[in-house]
Parts: sequence; C-alpha cells; structure tokens
Amino acid sequence: MPIAARGWAVAFALAALSLPWYGHDSLWDAAASGEALPLAALAPGRPWLLPLLALPALALAAAWTDRPRLLVGIALAALAWLCAEGFAINHRGWTWSWIGPWIGALVGGTPTQPALGWGAVLYALAATMLAAAGLARQGWCRGDMFVFGSILLILGAILLFVFWPVMTVLISAVRDNNGAFAPGQFLEKFTDRSIWGLECLRGAGNCGAAWNTLALAVLVGVLSTLLGLAFALVAVRTGLPLKGPIRMLSLLPIITPPFVIGLALIIMFGRSGFVTIFLYETFDIPRSRWLYGWTGVTIAQLLAFTPIAFLVMVGVLQSVAPSLEEAAGTLRAGRWRIFRTVTWPLIRPGVANAFLIGFIESMADFGNPLMLGGSFNVLSTDIFFAVVGAAQDQGRAAVLGVVLLGFTMAAFTAQRLWVGTGSYTTVTGKGDGGVPPPLPLGLRAACYTAVLPWLALTVVVYAIVLGGGFVETIGRDHTPTWDHFLIAFGIDRGVGGWFLSGSAWNSFITTMQLSAISMPLTAALGLLTAWLLARQEFRGRAAFEFLTMMSFAIPGTVIGVSYILAFNTPPVELTGTGMILVIAFMFRNMPVGIRAGIASLSQIDKSLDEASLTLGARSFRTFRLVILPILRPAIIAAMIYSFVRAVTSVSAVIFLTTAEYQLATVYIVGRAEMSEYGVALAYSAVLIAVMVLALVAIRLLVGEQRIGRRAANTGATAPIGLAAS
Amino acid sequence: MRHAGTLLFASMAFLSAAALPARADVVVYCSADEKMCRGLVTLFTKETGIRADMTRQSSGETYARIRAEKDNPRADVWWGGTGDPHLQAAEEGLLAEYKSPMLPKLRDWAVKQAERAAFQTVGVYMGALGYGYNSEELARKKLAAPKCWADLLKPEYKGEVQMADPNSSGTAYTMLATLVQLWGEEPAFDYLKKLHRNINDYTKSGAAPAQAAGKGETLVGVAFQHDVVMVALTGKRPLVTVSPCEGTGFEVGSMSLIKGGRNAADARRFYDWALGISAQVIMPEFGSFQVPSNSDVPVPKEAPDLSSIKLIDYDFARYGSSAERRRLLARWTNEVKGAAR
Repeated sequence: MPIAARGWAVAFALAALSLPWYGHDSLWDAAASGEALPLAALAPGRPWLLPLLALPALALAAAWTDRPRLLVGIALAALAWLCAEGFAINHRGWTWSWIGPWIGALVGGTPTQPALGWGAVLYALAATMLAAAGLARQGWCRGDMFVFGSILLILGAILLFVFWPVMTVLISAVRDNNGAFAPGQFLEKFTDRSIWGLECLRGAGNCGAAWNTLALAVLVGVLSTLLGLAFALVAVRTGLPLKGPIRMLSLLPIITPPFVIGLALIIMFGRSGFVTIFLYETFDIPRSRWLYGWTGVTIAQLLAFTPIAFLVMVGVLQSVAPSLEEAAGTLRAGRWRIFRTVTWPLIRPGVANAFLIGFIESMADFGNPLMLGGSFNVLSTDIFFAVVGAAQDQGRAAVLGVVLLGFTMAAFTAQRLWVGTGSYTTVTGKGDGGVPPPLPLGLRAACYTAVLPWLALTVVVYAIVLGGGFVETIGRDHTPTWDHFLIAFGIDRGVGGWFLSGSAWNSFITTMQLSAISMPLTAALGLLTAWLLARQEFRGRAAFEFLTMMSFAIPGTVIGVSYILAFNTPPVELTGTGMILVIAFMFRNMPVGIRAGIASLSQIDKSLDEASLTLGARSFRTFRLVILPILRPAIIAAMIYSFVRAVTSVSAVIFLTTAEYQLATVYIVGRAEMSEYGVALAYSAVLIAVMVLALVAIRLLVGEQRIGRRAANTGATAPIGLAAS
Repeated sequence: MRHAGTLLFASMAFLSAAALPARADVVVYCSADEKMCRGLVTLFTKETGIRADMTRQSSGETYARIRAEKDNPRADVWWGGTGDPHLQAAEEGLLAEYKSPMLPKLRDWAVKQAERAAFQTVGVYMGALGYGYNSEELARKKLAAPKCWADLLKPEYKGEVQMADPNSSGTAYTMLATLVQLWGEEPAFDYLKKLHRNINDYTKSGAAPAQAAGKGETLVGVAFQHDVVMVALTGKRPLVTVSPCEGTGFEVGSMSLIKGGRNAADARRFYDWALGISAQVIMPEFGSFQVPSNSDVPVPKEAPDLSSIKLIDYDFARYGSSAERRRLLARWTNEVKGAAR
C-alpha cells in the first residue's frame, strides 16, 4: 500500500482513540463540555459504537498487508454505520419511534447521544480517503488516489451540506402543515394560478411568478452577458483611456450590499426621485412609477450582475491566443470575419458561463425584487413570504423551490448542449507571440454606445451610495454631516480608555472575520471541483456538476431554513456557531469558483497536464505546479467573489445569525426597514471601502497570470486593473 | 501558491481570534426593530445583572425559525411582533404556559391576548391600524386631506394608494379582517374591489407602504399608525397619520416563553420584568410609539391619541384561525387582486 494510504489508516485509528468523539452543543464547545472523550472511552457504555471502534484496527491490518478490497469494505462499513447510528439515535433517543420496540429491547432503555465532534469528523474523513485509496489501488481513476479522494470528499461534503438540507425542505412539498404525508396537496399547489397564470398576456392582472421569474432571468442573463462582453472588449481590446475606471466601476456593484442599488435607483428615478422631479419641473414630463415592476428590477439586477459577466469574459478574452487571430489576418480575413469565425467561437464557453451565471443569479436574487418589484411577483420573494408571511405555508415554499430548481436544471442542460464538446484550448505549452487584431469598427461603436452610458449611470448610482450616508437626508437635505457615520462607527473615550461605541462595530468585525475565513476555503473548494469536472473522466460527472450548482440556484431563504432544519439537532449540530455561517458561505458561493475555473481550464491544453504527468509528476503535483499558476485569474476571481458575496449576502444568513454572530447586511437591512437610510448608506460606504482595500490586497498576494503575450496593437500594455483579470 | 498558503494561515489565525461564544443566561428572539430590541435587553442586564443575548428578526421570520428549531430550541423568550404568529405558535404547541404575577397590572387587551392562548403568550403593546399620507405630495396634487377609509376610494386617488399583500403581510391581513368586521364581508369586499382601482402596488412587506409614502413614492400608505409615526420622526419625512373615521382594528404585540428553552428560570424573570414599568416606559425613546400593556405606564405623547381612535372589538380568535384566514385570503386573491384595474 502506498504511504498515503497507511497514513490515513493511522489517522483513522487516532480519530477513534484520541480526539473527542462528541461535541456537546456544537463542534466548538467540545473541549468545554464534560463529554470530551474519545470513541475508545465511550464505546463500553454505548454498545452501538463498538463496531466503529473495531474497524480502525482492521483497517490498519488491511493497509499494512496490502489488501485493497478489504480496505474498501472496512471504510464503507465504517461510513455506513456512522450514518446509520448517527441518524437513528439523537439527543432525545430514537429518531424514528418505531425503531424503539425493535432494537430497544437489545440495548436496554432509550439511548441518547449528543452531536458529533472533531473525532467523528476526522473519522469520516479518514474512512473516505481509505475507500479512495483502496479503490484507486484496484485501478479506479487510473490508480490516482488524489483524484478519487477529492471526488469522494467533495461529493460527501455536497451531499451533507447541500443535498441533505435542501431535501429536508423539499420533502415538505408533499406534506401538509402538520407534517403528514399529503401528495394531493403537491399537485394542487403546483398547478396554482399564482405560479403559472398568464393573465398579463391578456392585459388583465399579473402573470404567475414562474413566468415572471423565467422572463426576467432570460432578459437579465442575455443583457448582462452582452454588457459584460462589451465591457470586456473595451477593457482588453481597445485603446480607450477609460480602462482603469471601467475595471474599477464594473467591480463596484458586486461589493455593494444588495438593496443599496435599489435604494439609489429610487432616489434618482422614483416618483419623487431627483431626476424625475427635475424632468417634471423643467420639461413637464409627468411623474410616474415606472421604476416599480420588472423595469426597475431588471435595471438593478443588470447593475449588480453585469460585473460578474465582465469578470468571466475578461478572463476568457485574455486567454484567447492572439496568434490564432493573427493567422486569420494573415489569411486575409477582415476584422469582422476574424471576430466572427475565430474570436467568437473561442469565447463561447465564457459567454455560456456568463449567461448561466446571470440567469441563475437573477432567479436567486432576493433584495432587488423586494425593493423594486412592486406587484411583479418572482419566485424568490414568493418563497420567502411563503415561509415567513401571513400565510405561513412551508409546503408552498417547497413547491416554488421545486419550480425554481427545475428552471436551473433546464438552463444548465441548455448551456451544456450549446457549448457542447468543441475544443476551446488556446493556452498550450508552446509560446505565443501573436498580437490581437483591432476590433471591427461596427462592433467597437456598439461596445462604446453600450458601455459609456452605463458607466455614467453607475457613477451616479455610486455617488449616491457613497455620499448618501454623509448628508442629512439624501434627496431632501444635502447638508454634510458625520452623524450617521458616528452612530454606526463611533469611537468614544470612557473610564477604561478608548472603546468602540458605534452600534455597527460588532456586526462589522464578525462579518469581516467570517468572510475572510470562508474566502480561501470557498475558492479552493470551487477550483478543485472545477479541475475535477474539466479534467477528469468519471461516471456520473454530469450529476456531480448539477449537485454543485444546486445551492447556487436555491434562494438563500430556503437554504437558511433548510440549514436550521438539518443542522439544529444531532448528529450534525451547527446552528448558533460561526461555522454554520462559514459553511453556508462556502457552499453557496462555491459555484462561481467552479464556473470561473471551468471557463479558464477549458482553454488550457491538456498537453500541459500530460507533459507534467509524463515527466513523472502525480496529479496532485501537476495540479499544484502546472494548473494552479495558469489559473491565477480564476483564483483571484473566485477569492474576490467569495469574499464579497460573503460580506454582502443577506437572505441565506438571515435565519442563521445569532446574538454573537451578527452580520453587516442584516444590520443594514434593519436600518433601512426603519427608514434610517443615512446610517444604512454610511455603513454601505464603509463596507465598500473596506472591500476595495481587501481586493487590492488579494491581488497583491495571489499575483497575476503570466502568460507570454504581447500587448494588443491598439495601445500600450495596460496595467491590469482592479478587476481580477 | 506560497502566498495563498500565507493567506490561509492568516485567516485561520483570524478564526481562532474569533472568541468562543460564552453562554448567556437568557436568549431573546426579538421581533421589534433593532434599536428597540437592543435597548430592551441592555436595560434588562443593567437592572437585573442577568446576561441576555438578543437576535432580531421580523415576527414571521422568528416564527419560522422557532418552528424549525422545535426539536432543539435555541431561544427562551420571544418578545414583540404582531400577535397572530404568537397565537399560531401557541396553537402548534411551540410555546410554554406561564401565568406571570404581573398579569393583574396589565391593560385589558393584554390579558385577553393571554387568555386566548391559554396563557402561552401575553400582550406587551398595542397599536391601531390606519394610514399615512405625504403632505408634500398632497399639496402638490392640491387635494383635501383624507380622513376616512371611504376617502381612499375617491377617483383623484387613482394610483396613489399603497397597501401590502395580505398573503404575505400581517398588517394587510389585519386591514382585511378589520373591514370585514366593520361592515360585514360583502360590503368589505365591495370596498376592496373599488380600492383596487386606486392601488398602485401591493407590496410584500407590511412596513413598505408607510416608507414609500414617507419618500413620496405614493401619496397614501396603509400601515399601523405607530409605524407611520416612526417613519415621520426617525426618517424626518412629511408624513401625517390618519386614524380612519369609521373605526379601525389593531394589533397586540405579544411576548411568549418558548417550550423547551434552556434557561426557563431566567426567562421567566425576563418575562415578568418586560411587563413591568421600567421596561415599558422606555419604548418611545427607541422609536416605538405603541400603547404599553402595563396600566401604570402612560401612553407616549407622540403616539396617536387613543381617545380619537375608534377601535373595533377585534375578534382575534375567529380571524386569527387558520381556516378563516385561508378562506378570506383565497377570496381576496381571486376577487380583488386578480381583477382588472
């Protein structure tokens, strides 16, 4: 057996012998409680734990005598029994009451056990790796334990932190409000007019939430991709002096707490917005409420999601090998023809990914429809109010969740069909000394007309967002003031010296800590998954890919409720800890890392990996020394994105915050609900400033992609700006 | 890669710096606004020395959370928020019964609320339904100030009235139930159908119409009167509170003990304290202008003058029940919301 397998066998044994098996209330408190005993000490009093104690000894023997098949059997038995006993017995006794009479007689009395602790975590991890080692030894995944182990671990984590909680919620689609099985209700709720109605086409009433969501998502997906592409072309392939500002500004919306953009739009274009009043008083244009409804939501979502499309597109465009375009030029193709037949096909995976992200983001978006939607119903807000609204109908929420998941699945399939199986590799082992040709004139003009007004709008929106917190009442009284800022971030001098008196400090510090923790974890998880999906062949890859996208597609509110349902009781008890927030951030934001990684990887020739493998490097070494350095832009994008998403997310965490773990966004929404826009905007401005600093720091730490490329002949080498290219 | 490793280490160090949580003596879920909630628990700790942890969420969110946590409750007390979800939680057996020694000191409607739920909840404040109008917008349109529910039907208010969707908002459901009790079901629905022509939006959240009116995005927003006062005072908006002349319904903000809470003794101390004078007299300081339930505490002067409000005898038992609620909501959705403007 390879040394790694033996190492895991030792870890397997250590998990049972030395680490505390149970955590009392949560993993964190394990050490503090009296139950901090390892499995070996607990098993005598709890007979159902005995098999778990015996298995590591067998595993050690199997590892040293090189019996892979036995090792796999042992590891799988350990995992299966761990799950079975963990789910069967919780802190109150038998989870399913019918088990009691059957087995209760054997065990005697009602057994109870608290949630699993670090010992159990390492135990499960080691068992998984041993299963991978055993199977790899028998030739699975070309005998590569790292690949197979990664697949199993990620799969396990996704099943535990995405699939299981989501299922606990979706199962309520076929239950009535008291938890009884009622499949008839599912049909009734599923066919409801408020979901599928088409009254708006006849000009009477509102259409169903499903159609609204779908139409909005397609519109936003298409428009944000086009805008993102236009921005990327302007930034990468033209000599426009606005490159720096474009990169800066296009990044701002993702680092903005969600509702703030909506608020700024209302302050400008609402019925009493200053633009509206100006038009009314100067040109006598009647004031209206056009902003409320699909129009406002579309604009706000475009402001929010175009930058993501931009990040994807700019990464892809920069990786397109100019020598191919140059070759086309040498063959006398015109600029337009080059773009159409060479550049466009090469950036197609990027376009598809950008669209998919825009589409799904739009469907999962919660803040903007809430702020600007008016009577325009979409699924995400409907789900939220099905759970917390006056009707309190969790079954309906689950049904709506099923519809939303269906849409995501459809988008995902369509994207796969369109991108298909063509080859998009342009980063190969050979050096590339080409120079990209200038853009066709028409295209350039189109890009400018799209980009420049949009830039102007963004500038004004951000002037409001950043300045609004530092005037008395934005839109009404523009006397500069520090009052709002000091309410949130005041520092006072008391008896014991300086202290943080502002009411926002607590949530601010917690948010920064949790986001910083989740950032590298999310990026690592996302990129590793991307590499598995793009580079490794294994059965069930499509299903695997879909599972990874699942948490992204489900509205945060559902995730939040599902996490409480799944992780409030043993065996896995996490509610009330900071860890559940980190985990929620990780699995919710991981898909962006995956998309960025896949888009970049599909452009990098496999021959690079193969060269490394031929030279004797194993897959882990290849991943570390060849793939990762090329993936730098994707790493930056994934890190930045997971950090800012963690800082700005609301809906997923609103059910998970506790007194110790308050989050910035929840505080901001609370202030906005109280009409204290000054404080909300001041806090947002501080968050934005901090995130800009963080982005610069990330870029300095990770560094830039260094593919040998000469600059486009339209201008000098532009320093790569803020936007994580 | 070296850098990424450094980063990972740095963030891990950061993690260990995040202090391990210390256990609180009592955990409070609070459904009023942040400032009010924070002020309340701070004062409690100051006066009793008992450490209290507070998490703020809207009443619907809190109810959903308590339901989800029922196998392993995390909180001890649920303070504030409109009474219906408290009653529903009591009906589902999520709350603990407790007869506080403070009960005799409470105003009538607060005790009634407790009796309705077999002493699993109790009233802490009361607020009347009404609406607010933006005086600047009114002047711009040169309209007379509205005074009654009926005024909102006038053709000059077309597209100027905003209310929440009763399917998602307890405030709007209170309005629906109020009108049904005020005039009978048929005339009430007749009114709502006519009102539908003047409505510009049915918002999701019950707090939104008052805020939209404050910003001038709509002329009239239907809301609880204390919420209108709050927007006007803390948001510094030209908003005028109206208590409809025909009479109006009200909400009873409630407090409950959660069944299976881990700190039952301290939770009861909080409960008794929250019904006392010192806890209720501070509410206006934090922007809460409702009527306090302790009869020794005066009504705040900013609060809408109760003597000028005609309150109906709101039948919480009937209109709070799931069956009646579902029936009225279905009828409203079919006959009013889906109708052409």
